[in-house]
Amino acid sequence: MSGRAKHYLGSISFPVLSILGALILGGIIITAMGYDAAFAYRNLWGGAFGNMHAFSETLIQTTPLLFTAVSYSIAYKCGLINLGAEGQLHMGAMFGAFVGARFAFLPGGLHIVFVLLCGFAGGALWGFIVGALRMRFGASELITTIMLNYVALELLSFAVTNQPFRDMTPGAAPRMNVVIESVRLPILLPQTRLHLGLFFALLAIVVYYIFMWKTTKGYEMRVAGLNPNAGRYAGMNIGTNGVLAITLAGGVAGLGGIVNVIGLQPFLTEGFSNNFGFSGIAVALLGGCHPIGILVSGIFFGALNAGGIRMQLMAQVPAAAIMIIQGMIIVFAVSRELFIYFGLAGKSIFKRSQKAGGARDA
Amino acid sequence: MSEYVLEMKKVTKTFGSVVANKDVDLSVKKGEIHALLGENGAGKSTLMNCLYGMFDSYEGEVYFDGQLVRIADSKHAIALGIGMVHQHFMLIPVLSVIENVVLGMKENKEVLDLKAAAREFTALGQKYNMEIDPWVKVEQLSVGQQQRLEILKALYRKAKLLILDEPTAVLTPGEIDSLFEMMHQLTDEGHTVIFISHKLGEIMKICDRCTVLRLGEVAACVKISDVKDHQQLASLMVGRDVALETTTKPVELRGKRLEVESLCVNNDRGIAAVKDMSFDVHGGEILGICGVDGNGQSELIGCITGLRQAASGKVVINGTDALGLNPGKILALGVSHIPEDRHKYGMIGPMTLDENLILVSYKQENYSSRGFLNWKWIAQHGKEIIKNFSVKTPGIKELAKNLSGGNQQKLVVGRELDRTPDLLIAVHPSRGLDIGATKYIQGQIVEQRDRGAAVLLVSTELDELIELSDRILVVFDGKIMGIVERASATREVLGPLMAGVHE
Repeated sequence: MSGRAKHYLGSISFPVLSILGALILGGIIITAMGYDAAFAYRNLWGGAFGNMHAFSETLIQTTPLLFTAVSYSIAYKCGLINLGAEGQLHMGAMFGAFVGARFAFLPGGLHIVFVLLCGFAGGALWGFIVGALRMRFGASELITTIMLNYVALELLSFAVTNQPFRDMTPGAAPRMNVVIESVRLPILLPQTRLHLGLFFALLAIVVYYIFMWKTTKGYEMRVAGLNPNAGRYAGMNIGTNGVLAITLAGGVAGLGGIVNVIGLQPFLTEGFSNNFGFSGIAVALLGGCHPIGILVSGIFFGALNAGGIRMQLMAQVPAAAIMIIQGMIIVFAVSRELFIYFGLAGKSIFKRSQKAGGARDA
Repeated sequence: MSEYVLEMKKVTKTFGSVVANKDVDLSVKKGEIHALLGENGAGKSTLMNCLYGMFDSYEGEVYFDGQLVRIADSKHAIALGIGMVHQHFMLIPVLSVIENVVLGMKENKEVLDLKAAAREFTALGQKYNMEIDPWVKVEQLSVGQQQRLEILKALYRKAKLLILDEPTAVLTPGEIDSLFEMMHQLTDEGHTVIFISHKLGEIMKICDRCTVLRLGEVAACVKISDVKDHQQLASLMVGRDVALETTTKPVELRGKRLEVESLCVNNDRGIAAVKDMSFDVHGGEILGICGVDGNGQSELIGCITGLRQAASGKVVINGTDALGLNPGKILALGVSHIPEDRHKYGMIGPMTLDENLILVSYKQENYSSRGFLNWKWIAQHGKEIIKNFSVKTPGIKELAKNLSGGNQQKLVVGRELDRTPDLLIAVHPSRGLDIGATKYIQGQIVEQRDRGAAVLLVSTELDELIELSDRILVVFDGKIMGIVERASATREVLGPLMAGVHE
C-alpha cells in the first residue's frame, strides 16, 4: 500500500472507531434502560435508510448540518473555534424570513437570491461582531460565540411575539410572518419534503474546498491557523484574516438557517433548529474539517436524527438515547488517546509502523 | 564485568518503509567520552531514542552494565542510570529550577520537600562548579544555564551514562570550554558520556572514541588518537571527500542596500535591546554580525524585517525608508529573510512542501492570478527549487515536519534565495545542521554575495563568521563594539569584543 493510501486509511480509522464505540455503548445503555437494543437499532436504520422516504428525511436533516459544519471548519482552518453557529443560524433565519415575507414585487428567482443573501448577511453580522471584538479587544471567540448564541435565541423569541415581525393571522401560534410562496425552495423528489437546500449545502462544501485550498485568501487563512508567526513573517495580516474567517463562517451558518426555513416550512418559529448549530460542530470534528469527511459525517448525523424518530415511535426508546449516542461519538472522536491506549489504532503512520514491529517482538 | 557500560548489538529501527537504523552496533566503554557522529538524518537521534526508551519497539539487543535490557520507556532508562540532555530542552519555563529537577521523580512524596531537594541540588552544583539558584524560574536562565540544569538534573537522578545531543549548538565559546571541563570531570569520576555532534573539531578535542553513522548504518568506529585530521572524519561521515574551506572571491562593492542609522529598539519587556546602532551593507559584501546570543541581534533583525517596532532611528532598504513598514512590504523591497527559528517563523510543519515554498511569494505572478493559486505551476517550480537546493524528500506533497532539520533549513533557504534578493538577511543559517548541509548553505550564501546581493549574516558560530564575512560587526549589550575587516578577523580579536572589552 502506498504511503498516501495508508495515510487516508489512518485518517478514517478514528471516526469509524468513534462511531462503533458510541453505538456499542449506546446499545448497552438502551438495554440497561430495559429496551430491546437490536430492535431499536433496526428501527434506527429503517428510519434513516429503510426506503426512499426515510432516506429523504435523513438528507433533510443533513442539509443544515452541512452548513454549520462548514461554518465551524472555515473558522477552525483559520485557528478559531466557532461555537456560535447556533446563534448565527438563528440570525440568518430571521434576516432571511423577514425579507422573505416582504418585497413581493421582486420576481421569484431574484427574491430567493435576495433572501439567501440576507440570510448570509445575518449570520455574517453575528460572526463579524465576534471577529471585531477579538481583534480590537482580544476577546476570546470561545466566550463571545457562546454568549451571542443566547442573544440570537432571545431575539427570535422577541420577533415571534412582537410586531412587526410576528405573524398576525388569527389563531396562529407565535411565529414570524409567513414568507411569500414564491421564495419557497422547490422540492427535489416528488412525494417527499426533500428540497433544493441540499444542493446549496453541497455547493457550500465545494465552495469551502475551492476557497480554502485553491485561493490565496484561503491559503493565508490556513497559514494563520497552523502557524500565525510564519504568516506574520511573510507579511500576512493575521488579525484581519481572522475577522474575515469568522464572518464567512457566520454567513454560512446563517445560510443554513434560512435554507431550512424556506425549504421546509413557510414561517419561522422558536425551536426551528434541531440543535443544528451544535451538532454541526460534531459533524465537523468527526469529519476532520475535510470536505468529504463533512459530507459523510453529516449524512451520518442526519441519519441519527431522522432514524431516531422512528426508533422512538416503534421501540419506545426515548429520543434522548440518540443525544447520548451523538454525545459519545464526539467524546470518542476527541479522545484519540483512548484508542491508542487500547491498541486499536495508532497515533500516526509513525506509531502504526512501530506496532507492526511490536507484533514481531511478541 | 565487561569493560563496556553499554553495548547495542544489531539494532534496527524502521518507520514504515524508512529504515532509520540498520544493524547498528555501538559499544561504549566505561568512563570514556564516546562521540556519535553523523549527518542529519544519519540516525543518531533515533539510535539514542531507542536507548532512552522513546519507542515501543526496535530490533536487536541492548546490554547495559552487562545485563540484557529492553528499555520500555524513559522512566526505565532513568532507573537504569541513563540520562539524556535533548537538543531541545525538556524544561518547564514557568516552574522554578528545583521544581523542574524533582519533576516526575518516583521518589516524590505527596507533599514535596523542595527545601531538602534544593540543598542536595546546590551541593551537586558546587561539586561540578556550575551553581544555579534552585529558586529562580527556568525562563530567567540563559540557554547555557538551562543546559547545565539539564545535565545536573540527570546527575541528580544518579545517571551513570549521560547522552548529550548536540550540546554545543547553543553555547558561546566560553560556555563550550566549561562544558568540556565538566565532561572531563564527569568521566574522571567514572561517568560515561555519549556526545552527539557533527562538529569535527569538538570531537577531535575531547572524545576518546567515535562511532560514525552514515545512512542509518555504522560507517566506522575509530579511536580519536588514531585519526589524522578533520578531513578523515568528514570523509567517513559523508562517504566522500568534502571541501572544508569555502573559497571567496575578492569583494566587488555595489551600491548601498541597507542603511541603519542611530537605531534603538526595545525588547518584549520594553527594555532597550538595540542601542544607537549605525551601519551600512553594500551589494557584493557579507557583513557578519557577531556576538553572544541575546545581545540585541534578534531585536535588530526583527526591526529591519518589520516584525518589531523601533523606538527611534532610521532604516533604509534599497533607497526606501523602511522603518515601520509591515513585513510584507519590506520583503517586497527585494529582501529575503532566513529567520532565526525556522520552526517558529520559517515554515509551517503540518503543510506540504509546495505549500511552504509559496509562503512569501504566493501573491506574485505565476504563483497565482486573480486570487486563485496556480498549483500546477507551483508544484513544477517547487520541484525545481527542491532539486536545485538538494532537499531530500519523497516528494513535493510531503509534510514539511517530516523532513530532517537540515532539509527543512534547505527548504527555507531555497525558498528565500529563489527570490534572488538584493538584500539577504540570514540568521543562524546553519544552526543545528551537519557539515554537509552547512557547507552547502554557506556556499549558497557566498554565491548570493558574488551575484551582487548584500548579505547580513547573523551567527553565533565564530568560525562561520570568520570564514564567510567580508566585515564583522561585533555587538555587545545592544551596542556596536567595533567593525573588523576580514584580514584582521581572528578569534583573538573578536573574543574580547564579544565579551564587551575594548583593547
